Amino acid sequence: MVFLSGDLKATRPIARFLNTGTVPKWADLVAFLLLAACAVLVVRGAEDMSQPLAALHATPVTLDPARLPEYALRTTLRMFLALGASLIFTFTVATLAAKSRKAELLIVPALDILQSVPVLGFLTFTVTFFMGLFPGRQLGVECAAIFAIFTSQAWNMAFSFYQSLRTIPADLDEVSRQFGFSPWRRFTRLELPFATPSLVWNVMMSMSGGWFFVVASEAITVGDTTVTLPGIGSWLSVAIARQDMKAVAVGVGAMAVIIVLYDQLVFRPVVAWADKFRFEQTASQQRPASWLYDLLRRAAWTRSLSQTLAKPLASLSRATAGLPPVRLPMMRLPKPHPALGRVMDLLWLTLVAVTLAGGVWLLWSFLSARLTFGDVGEVSLLGLATLLRVVVLIALASLIWVPIGVWIGLRPAWAERLQPIAQFLAAFPANVMFPFAVATIVALRLNPNIWLSPLMVFGTQWYILFNVIAGASAIPSDLKEAAGMFGLKGWQWWRQVAIPGIFPYYVTGALTASGGSWNASIVAEAVSWGHEHLEAAGLGSYIAKATAAGDSARVALGVAVMSVFVIAFNRTLWRPMYRYAERRLRLA
Amino acid sequence: MTCMTPVQAPLVEAKAVRHLYGKAEGANLLVLDNVDLTLNENEIVGLLGRSGSGKSTLLRSIAGLIKPTAGQIVFPPRPEGPTTVSMVFQSFALFPWLTVLQNVEVGLEAKGVRPDQRRKRALAAIDLIGLDGFENAYPKELSGGMRQRVGLARALVVDPSILLMDEPFSALDVLTAETLRTDLLDLWSEGRMPIKSILMVTHNIEEAVLMCDRILVFSSNPGRVVSTIKVDLPQPRNRQDPAFRDLVERIYAQMTRPDQAPAARDGVFPGMGLGMVLPRVSTNVMAGLIETVHADPFDGRAPMSDLAQDLQYEADELFPIAETLQLLRLAEMREGDLVLTPTARRYAEADVDARKSIFAQQLLAHVPLAAHVRRVLDDRPSHMAPASRFRDELEDFMSSDYADQTLRAVTNWSRYAEAFSYDEGADRFSLEDAV
Repeated sequence: MVFLSGDLKATRPIARFLNTGTVPKWADLVAFLLLAACAVLVVRGAEDMSQPLAALHATPVTLDPARLPEYALRTTLRMFLALGASLIFTFTVATLAAKSRKAELLIVPALDILQSVPVLGFLTFTVTFFMGLFPGRQLGVECAAIFAIFTSQAWNMAFSFYQSLRTIPADLDEVSRQFGFSPWRRFTRLELPFATPSLVWNVMMSMSGGWFFVVASEAITVGDTTVTLPGIGSWLSVAIARQDMKAVAVGVGAMAVIIVLYDQLVFRPVVAWADKFRFEQTASQQRPASWLYDLLRRAAWTRSLSQTLAKPLASLSRATAGLPPVRLPMMRLPKPHPALGRVMDLLWLTLVAVTLAGGVWLLWSFLSARLTFGDVGEVSLLGLATLLRVVVLIALASLIWVPIGVWIGLRPAWAERLQPIAQFLAAFPANVMFPFAVATIVALRLNPNIWLSPLMVFGTQWYILFNVIAGASAIPSDLKEAAGMFGLKGWQWWRQVAIPGIFPYYVTGALTASGGSWNASIVAEAVSWGHEHLEAAGLGSYIAKATAAGDSARVALGVAVMSVFVIAFNRTLWRPMYRYAERRLRLA
Repeated sequence: MTCMTPVQAPLVEAKAVRHLYGKAEGANLLVLDNVDLTLNENEIVGLLGRSGSGKSTLLRSIAGLIKPTAGQIVFPPRPEGPTTVSMVFQSFALFPWLTVLQNVEVGLEAKGVRPDQRRKRALAAIDLIGLDGFENAYPKELSGGMRQRVGLARALVVDPSILLMDEPFSALDVLTAETLRTDLLDLWSEGRMPIKSILMVTHNIEEAVLMCDRILVFSSNPGRVVSTIKVDLPQPRNRQDPAFRDLVERIYAQMTRPDQAPAARDGVFPGMGLGMVLPRVSTNVMAGLIETVHADPFDGRAPMSDLAQDLQYEADELFPIAETLQLLRLAEMREGDLVLTPTARRYAEADVDARKSIFAQQLLAHVPLAAHVRRVLDDRPSHMAPASRFRDELEDFMSSDYADQTLRAVTNWSRYAEAFSYDEGADRFSLEDAV
């Protein structure tokens, strides 16, 4: 697990103190106050969200620092609501895909494509849709923002859950069948625990990406509708419109505080908790730690609370499992006749084909009325421009960060300190930092076609860095010693030790970074600073402009073309590299 | 069946069980062919055989985990109520996220037993099996032996009539395995376990003789019961007892009888004998075994049971090596002995290069797949051929896993023999580096 290293051996006086003796009384009090405060905050935020839309116009977003904590809260709440929706989606859709072969045929490729679609492009459609759903209420716009975050989070979570379900160890599967587990017990006792570690990791990655979209989706302009939901993203867009550098800096600071708090209060406890679900037979030496998790676990009342909560659940499951246990279900269901199975398959495939044909016809009739083939050509050219940017920037970022990452990774003392920072930077929404760069470009009158490009990898390059650090620290010490003994140096050392050692990690990082960069191009290729608008020719700015103009046909075209580019890029470059790394460079 | 025992229905009967793996249309692997088994009250029965002899499949059919392709598993009605089974796994199969106590309780929980009852019974089972003090430990904190004790406690706590054990001690080291066997036998003979019978799968001949009252010896490919051996030695049994050693020898001889060897041995299968599933046996191991048998005290002929003991091999590990030597005409198995051929004795005395050429001769003469690959490479002007082609050919006869294993085995032997070479990246055979 690449992401889950952290300050593992860090000295934590609180936890150590707690470890030695009985539970101190103050642990109860502290834990209670923290949880109570969280509950109050959630209720406050939820109350605000259900306000009518008019209230938004009555109290527009202001650059008053006193309001900032509230904005930060609203932003965070949106993140977690989207996460909840993503989890529900994951548990239902991924389970369906793993249990039903017919559903699998459709869901798995769909998830694969959705993972590569630039979600910012969806905003046009979703804002219109959700505002229509809740006319005149803030809730509609809130839902649109939350949906935007959801679309950036759900797919990889569902994918990881599906893969976990497919790789349940055979012996544990046999135990649960032998004891006649009910489906619910099977889910809670076997499937969910087994999937938890990789799900938590994917939730982490999703949340990191999510901050980017929450900032981008709070201040939305679609056609002539402009909505600014109270939140950090809107704060920044107001600050940008007013060219208020100080307010931008305050917003950036608030974002940093949120991410640190979120890391300490949510991410770390969850990772520390999920460690017990790691499917391993020997205890690892380094275990992720969290002071909050230790605190909550040790406070007596959280334990009794969780027991109280567990009781009704337990009785529920007893009620369902209370039927006399059927001895040895020899076969769960009589197998349908093979001919019948084939007919069912055929029917299903026909249904899919008909739906597909309908979809194509719908797309064609929608797009052909509004677009010409000239548009397609133009968009493809713009796509090539953005592709060029992505390739050059990933290459540049690799050239810079691979040597640095290897250097850090080989020095455990440094790696331990810098790895959390790299992870923090990866989670930090880079679009928050754009105003500084844009102001500089405007001031120095630089060519936007070139100088806007670095913004695309600004936030995503860190994925390369922290994956390379993880890879370099995972190079076994006997290999390093052997290399030292035989005096491997310079290019030979890179070629035969370092690059093969980090390659699988690098590919993971670069794949994430390039996917993120395509997405970022939508906000990075067209930026403003006050009334100065900068634009780089590319697919990202095309989509951004079409969104602002409310031209849904062009947005659809842009998003489709970008998806095709991303998928083609993944299939022709990253996937073969990944396979190669899996096959040849795995340190068994 | 003697008339002394009171007439009582058996616990379970397997009748003409047959099982095929693989798709309905494609290449099938017959793992169980017409197997009958009767398990009576108060006996430990061992299913002994090589890997691939279908003994685990039979066990899983009785456990209700597999539905056999044909035949029946019958639990005759008994006065005390329905017969229940519970299973102990080779890999322990513990839930790593549950504590020892929770792992033991899991089966009771699934049955809907009340929590206080559950706790009481689980603690009793933990106590019985010698796990006190470990209730709150997670499996990863335990040694292998302790983990298997958890597996046993979990199986026993649900009060099964039959305890099924699938190679329960084979993942443990020698000492731990012995302790666990003794503990289990003690509990059994003292009648402290609620079970009526034990059915265990093993490939360890000594283990079977040590524990079982009756041993069913399975042949492999396809799995059939070739003999049933009653073990009348009194418990506790002593491995050094001449009668014990005698029985072990006899079973070795049973298992090395010519009709025990894989059916495909001499090209019985169509297609130039290509349909033979080959085990992945390293050439170093083959050389080592030849040298051992060639040297004193064996001088060319060694009893398999002595070899297994000397070399710390289990029968299941030793048989594939011996069979590969037999396939290459470097050795023969006669009455439980491994006898080197004159070629093998020459091999033992030769230097590295001469050994390679002897090995190459035997390989190309007696392994049809190796000869086939070599012939194709010789015929082609480029002297190259994609490996996938041969893999596809093999898949006409066997499952893709076996095809892969067989091709890998031949690849390694050919590399050693320098008969032809293989490029992993391109997945291609060639004569390039060979010759």
